Amino acid sequence: MHATTFTPAASPKKDLATAAALARRRKLADMVVRWFCLLATALGLFFLASILLTLLWRGLGALDWTVLTKEFQPTTYGDPDAPKGGLAQAIIGSLIQTTIGTAIGTPIGLLVGTYLAEYARNSPLGHAVRFVSDVLLSAPSILIGLFIYQLVVLPMGGFSGIAGAMALAIIVIPVVVRTTEDMLQLLPNTLREAVIGLGAPKWKMILLVCYPAALSGIVTGVLLAVARIAGETAPLLLTSFGNSVMSTDLGKAMASLPIAIYQQANSGFPDLIAIAWAGALLVTASVLALNIVARYVLRQRR
Amino acid sequence: MDQNTATVTEPSAGFGGMQARSTATLNATSRISVRGLDFFYGDNRALKGINFEIPDRQVTGMIGPSGCGKSTLLRVLNRMDSLYPGQRAEGEVMMDGENIIAPETDLNALRAKVGMVFQKPTPFPMTIYDNIAFGVKLHEKLSKAEMDQRVEWALTRAALWGEVKDRLNTSAMGLSGGQQQRLCIARTIAVRPEVILFDEPTSALDPISTLKIEELIDELKRDFTIAIVTHNMQQAARCADQVAFFYLGELIEVAPAAQLFTAPREKRTQEYITGRFG
Repeated sequence: MHATTFTPAASPKKDLATAAALARRRKLADMVVRWFCLLATALGLFFLASILLTLLWRGLGALDWTVLTKEFQPTTYGDPDAPKGGLAQAIIGSLIQTTIGTAIGTPIGLLVGTYLAEYARNSPLGHAVRFVSDVLLSAPSILIGLFIYQLVVLPMGGFSGIAGAMALAIIVIPVVVRTTEDMLQLLPNTLREAVIGLGAPKWKMILLVCYPAALSGIVTGVLLAVARIAGETAPLLLTSFGNSVMSTDLGKAMASLPIAIYQQANSGFPDLIAIAWAGALLVTASVLALNIVARYVLRQRR
Repeated sequence: MDQNTATVTEPSAGFGGMQARSTATLNATSRISVRGLDFFYGDNRALKGINFEIPDRQVTGMIGPSGCGKSTLLRVLNRMDSLYPGQRAEGEVMMDGENIIAPETDLNALRAKVGMVFQKPTPFPMTIYDNIAFGVKLHEKLSKAEMDQRVEWALTRAALWGEVKDRLNTSAMGLSGGQQQRLCIARTIAVRPEVILFDEPTSALDPISTLKIEELIDELKRDFTIAIVTHNMQQAARCADQVAFFYLGELIEVAPAAQLFTAPREKRTQEYITGRFG
């Protein structure tokens, strides 16, 4: 075919026919590929929509003031006079552990990311740290739970809110490291040279110019990390364990939304399963809200 | 000083107004003396035994094709190379009796004396006022009133005051490219350096903005020693008192601008300025 297409000696008529055949084949291939892509997208969207719709349907059906304000109660067995329970202890527990986890993980992640971007860009240690951080980013979160279980829960003699917060902090660190490093790397070197050229020491360059210039990106990273840990279940199973009563004591087992969902959905009682759906909706909605805020902040930057 | 006069040839006669500049170059004292400077990017020798004088309160133009080492030399003058491991300078760059490429040099103090304006405008992500005050705060403790004065002075010198005086507290990122570059010049001036280095300061700007910057450079040389790297030979001819032509890491020729562009001594200079290569 190449010969007929490219040899000048071949007759023009034959060339035209080959070209037309080629064009037809390419059009066909283009159409097939396009339809496969569309089909795959539709399939993905279908499952996503059905998950979201089910969640909205069942979650909104169960969500009421009681769920937000009351602690856990055992099943009512359909008795309308029995006290109805809620997720208040789990909401508070999640807020506490997520907040502390973010508060511990963010500064560490920020500093490591700064080290990678500003001090160790091409050093062997920098490459090693970057690699380890990336491994941690994709490590199964149950492993992190197990690590804290060994490191904190066993020596302390029991599950605790602080152990849960520490497990979450470890998940936050690599996320913040990655985004901080990426955002600082995006800054042009000319900006750094301009600051240094004025006679500024490096730490002032980072603190007063680089951070503000990369701020929205860094904030986005932190928000994404918060969204990630707000929905984590596995690391909490082995650390803060969950609690059916309200507890704000960091030294004791502490409830959290994902674990409350896990436990109540597993109970087999319809009223508790409904509350689990409400909890799932709460987690999803807050994570979605954080994601939207993060994306909005990032777009402002660009 | 001696080296300087030795490399500069007789001013060409009959070049009208340019002759005054040529003579001035001969009489000027040297502000920075580069002696036997070698520069390495890793193993790659980018500057080869450069001997070069930058005369006080004049404009020194540095021209040559890409990769000739002119920017490298300029960046050594305020030690930008120190930011990048693997880059190193050997030899002497004397300023105020000190070799600024010696390891014991206080780089921050040096950069307060030798400011630099870069190719691309780089406003900091802060207000116009803070952009100017930033550099000043690094080296001086000023009262609010003194700082206000300094900011106004620097912006006025950079021919930007009239355009921004009503919006000093808005972000500098909202300025146009030409305004941003004049802001960067103001920021550099505000520190009150003695030497200002310009690294292709107008290559990202439109002709009108370029003209403004060139006028500014002409005006600034009364108080500052200026070195400017440019790809634009007309610009070098317009702005510079003395011009140095670099080629493949060597300083081929340095002469008063009028002379270098009309009667260069070296064949390579002539070929370059007439567009035969580069």
